[in-house]
Amino acid sequence: MRFLLRRLGFYFVAAWVALTLNFFLPRLMPGDPATALFARFRGRLGPEALQALRETFGLTHAPLWRQYLTYVGHALRGDFGVSVAYFPTPVAQVIGTGLLWTILLAGSAVIVSFIIGTLLGVAAAWWRRGWIDAWLPPALVFLGALPYFWLAMVALYVLGFTLDWFPLGHAYSDDLTPSFSPAFLADVAAHAVLPVGSIVIATLGGWLLSMRNTMITILGSDYVNLARAKGLRPARVVLRYAARNALLPSVTSFGMALGFVLGGSLLTEVVFSYPGQGYLLVQAVRNQDYPLMQGIFLVITLAVLGANWLVDVVCLWLDPRIRDSAS
Amino acid sequence: MSAPGNGRSMGVALWWEAIHRDRKAGMGAAVLAVFAFIAIFGPLLVGDPQALVGIPLQPPSLHHLLGTTGQGQDVLAQLVVGTRVSLLIGFGVGLAVVLIGALVGVTAGFYGGRIDGLLSLLFNVFLVIPGLPLAIVIAAYLPTGSFTLALVLVITGWAWNARVLRAQTLSLRQRDFVAAVIVTGESDIRIITSEILPTMTSLLVAQVIGSTIYAIGAQVGLEFLGLGDVSAVTWGTNLYWAQNDSALLTGAWWTFAPTGVCVALVGFGLSMLNSGFDEITNPRLQLERAWREHLGRHGVKPARSTPVVRDHA
Repeated sequence: MRFLLRRLGFYFVAAWVALTLNFFLPRLMPGDPATALFARFRGRLGPEALQALRETFGLTHAPLWRQYLTYVGHALRGDFGVSVAYFPTPVAQVIGTGLLWTILLAGSAVIVSFIIGTLLGVAAAWWRRGWIDAWLPPALVFLGALPYFWLAMVALYVLGFTLDWFPLGHAYSDDLTPSFSPAFLADVAAHAVLPVGSIVIATLGGWLLSMRNTMITILGSDYVNLARAKGLRPARVVLRYAARNALLPSVTSFGMALGFVLGGSLLTEVVFSYPGQGYLLVQAVRNQDYPLMQGIFLVITLAVLGANWLVDVVCLWLDPRIRDSAS
Repeated sequence: MSAPGNGRSMGVALWWEAIHRDRKAGMGAAVLAVFAFIAIFGPLLVGDPQALVGIPLQPPSLHHLLGTTGQGQDVLAQLVVGTRVSLLIGFGVGLAVVLIGALVGVTAGFYGGRIDGLLSLLFNVFLVIPGLPLAIVIAAYLPTGSFTLALVLVITGWAWNARVLRAQTLSLRQRDFVAAVIVTGESDIRIITSEILPTMTSLLVAQVIGSTIYAIGAQVGLEFLGLGDVSAVTWGTNLYWAQNDSALLTGAWWTFAPTGVCVALVGFGLSMLNSGFDEITNPRLQLERAWREHLGRHGVKPARSTPVVRDHA
């Protein structure tokens, strides 16, 4: 329990750093931040509304610490101001429309990639110098070196455009209304295959290599040799004895990989015009919609921090040693 | 007491050994050599990449080996000229990121205590904040350009190196040869620069390679989003214009495919070099290779076991 609380404290510090970065970034811009930030509102907002918006961001003439407190106060209440591009919708509401799609895309990509990559890593370590071990790691390293979004472009071009097997973009067909009907869910799944698939292929190599390398060390250890000498079935030795312990480093790096994949999936969303955070973020950058941009950055950061904490919980459950050292 | 005095020369020699003894490392080095050649001499061999040389979106032909872009520029010329800038930023950022990482990581690991606590907190926070969104937000606020891009990549990329180098410094700090130097009363700076850093040379080089892979990928990604200097010719901006000119939906694969292959080849070459080097320096893998060769000479197929490392000294 103390371990989890300590980690929670750390994530709070990280969230505070992100919030503070968000506060100071506009002030690093050359010139008056407020003018630049709200330049695009001109003509659409009255002076009073503009003043209210300035106060949301703490961009007043008050001393800096005062501005900072105002900003943090508003952020804590989930008030990130009003979006420029989707005026007059509040930023929080715009972000809400894309959050679920990003979680669906990045979440399922990370989980699928982790499971397949780890299993392949186990297989590669068990059949050392077999064909899996000989061909898969270099091939996947090569695929992993491709930028995610480029892989997505190729997949879109070959499987979507040329062969016409999958839809060319968006999260679901325009002629369907979102619901939990089987037809709609199947449509969502068909739209997710290419984006999720391209992320999975690009990230598979990392999981495979990390699992394979740890497995090789563990398969050489005494307790695994003992298990083998006892005549246990190979499947049991590999999965229950070796793989369970070899899994730990992979699980530990899962949290960090999540942030990385989320970043990559932002680019993938752009290629597929998938209506998640990445697509919104890039639209915000192109429209100089600074309030929306900052809001999205904060929400993504908070999501990653939350997921990391969940990974800590899983680690604690998997590895009794952490529990012992913490108490 | 072991005193690895010639640590620096050892590091470079090991790399050299890796390149001509390990097939993977040799392959990686060859790929990189080709790209280095293109980056240095390529721009002299092709024409002006910005010149409008023909009808837009022509497929590859003898006249334009990789076709033309949506603006009517030669794709091959853009690819070759882009290589120089992209590799320069990639290696530059890779170096800078490891320098900063070493500064922070070695300081934290060497001094320990409160300094370590504070610096560790700092790089752990930077590790957990998602890098690409942060990079996008910072780049959007700063004036666009190659320098901004490099700066953003350094800010979001140094933390991992700091973490790895801190761990390494912590373990070196415990060794006898460092303890001996501390007893002789050498200054901290001297201990760090002439005892600790030289011992880590091979790790530092591996870190530079890994960071360069990161830097090239992140750079191409940011430029693809239009956050670089879109008037410059680099790999990332090539992809940006390909996407902007809807290359995908007009079937113009030649405007984006070659660039991606080049990015992947460089990344692949760098990782091969790194993993080949690992095979040479990792005693476990080294022993296994010797064992395999030994068995092979007697016509025996090696079993699944991993040989245990023993000190025969």
